[in-house]
Amino acid sequence: MNLDRIYMDNAATTAVSPIVLEKMLPYFTEIYGNASSIHGTGREARKALEDARRRVAAVLNCKPNELYFTSGGSESDNWAIKGIAFANRKRGNHIITSSIEHHAVLHTCQWLEKQGFTVTYLPVDEFGRVSVKDVEAAITDQTILISVMAANNEIGTLQPIREIAKVAKQHKVYFHTDAVQAIGAIPIDVQEIGCDMLSLSGHKFHGPKGVGALYIRQGTRIDPFMHGGAQERGKRATTENIPGIIGLATAIELATENLEEKSARISSMRDQLIDQLTALPYVRLNGHRTERLPNNVNISVRFVEGEALLLRLDLAGIAASSGSACTSGSLDPSHVLLAIGLPHEIAHGSLRLSLSDTTKQEDIDYVLSVLPGIIDDLRAMSPLYHDFMEANK
Amino acid sequence: MYSEKVMDHFSNPRNVGEIPDADGVGTVGNAKCGDIMRMYLKVDENGVITDVKFKTFGCGAAIATSSMATEMVKGKTLKEALKLTNAAVAEALDGLPPVKMHCSLLAEEAVKAAVEDYMKKHPEAVID
Repeated sequence: MNLDRIYMDNAATTAVSPIVLEKMLPYFTEIYGNASSIHGTGREARKALEDARRRVAAVLNCKPNELYFTSGGSESDNWAIKGIAFANRKRGNHIITSSIEHHAVLHTCQWLEKQGFTVTYLPVDEFGRVSVKDVEAAITDQTILISVMAANNEIGTLQPIREIAKVAKQHKVYFHTDAVQAIGAIPIDVQEIGCDMLSLSGHKFHGPKGVGALYIRQGTRIDPFMHGGAQERGKRATTENIPGIIGLATAIELATENLEEKSARISSMRDQLIDQLTALPYVRLNGHRTERLPNNVNISVRFVEGEALLLRLDLAGIAASSGSACTSGSLDPSHVLLAIGLPHEIAHGSLRLSLSDTTKQEDIDYVLSVLPGIIDDLRAMSPLYHDFMEANK
Repeated sequence: MYSEKVMDHFSNPRNVGEIPDADGVGTVGNAKCGDIMRMYLKVDENGVITDVKFKTFGCGAAIATSSMATEMVKGKTLKEALKLTNAAVAEALDGLPPVKMHCSLLAEEAVKAAVEDYMKKHPEAVID
């Protein structure tokens, strides 16, 4: 039994880096002031908050006053979409997004449909890519917002966000991108991308949970999200989560430092997994082979169900994830896998392994030594595999 | 989320495999929903299930309920096997999460389908 657990679910969440934690700790007990207070304790907190804002803004290449701290990626997505929708309702009521967005975007759009907005959910190709032509063709005189993610959380596909931003600008439509999976994995510069809003979440890059940020380009017409005090320049009430914000700022700096070098190391481990796993019979790669996050592996193992794979991997000390219905809590497998055209039975057999900077070569070797045997075992008890082999004798 | 018994039957499933000259075979479920169970029965002249094997495509609960159901009907008469309920299978596994109760139902249905197949192939057999 391997007692060192191998964590291959970094797209779900990551471990807080010890450096990040160390930087956060004084803000719980020593510099604990309310950043809105006028006294010295409060001013210290305010200074830390604004310093963190400057540091995150420097990483994203925006002005500090274009950066708003939130409670996480879901809040940032909710705010961007609802905030634009309600502030620009007089201009139009149409929103364009893709069919493979995170639920924080999709369910927000579905809710807006109930409020009288119309939403176009663009299809994707077999690799999960949105077509820029489709985006442009969907724009009407009523369109106020386009929201397309930078990189997909399940299959890791990178979207042509720079081209979409260009189209949005030409048509004077706001463009939001959910970059929750992209930060710390690929270079993200809001000026270079040309987006008007960008969501990010601390815990996806070794920062703490419960803290995120939304970049909002200066001049963007957007409603406040949380009503109350004057925090975040009156746009997002609630006493600022200073320890979390310090954690996020430290984590984003660490995550984007030597990014090219780190990505090269992680993607070489990703490629070993992809190459060796897809060399197994009836295993396919989901997502794009090259236009993909450096840390994402997503495969479909035919004749096997995803949750069974996860449980067997867990027993072997490996934490992974699946898009099978059994793990999604619904009867249908993941909307992303169905959108790329996978039949239900193949989508049920999906497995996502997501790496991080802390993944070691030994971890990859161990996964590759264990997973093929698990697949064989589960196939040996699968009536689907039995029938397929009988039919192809 | 699973009981120790479920994990035990999932990681060491009993009676996995097939019976090439089975007297009755039943397959239930469909791949679209993510579960298929197949049960193979060997039945003696007294209507007693002398051997049972299964093959299952499905989640942890689907595999564990198949395994438990085979244990519960092995050595039983066909009449007794037909009385197997999904609740009894779930209970024998120390319970299942609510969203997984359909797996136990599938196990019950797989046993019934295999017995029905036996009856079809052996019209002379009487279950009383």
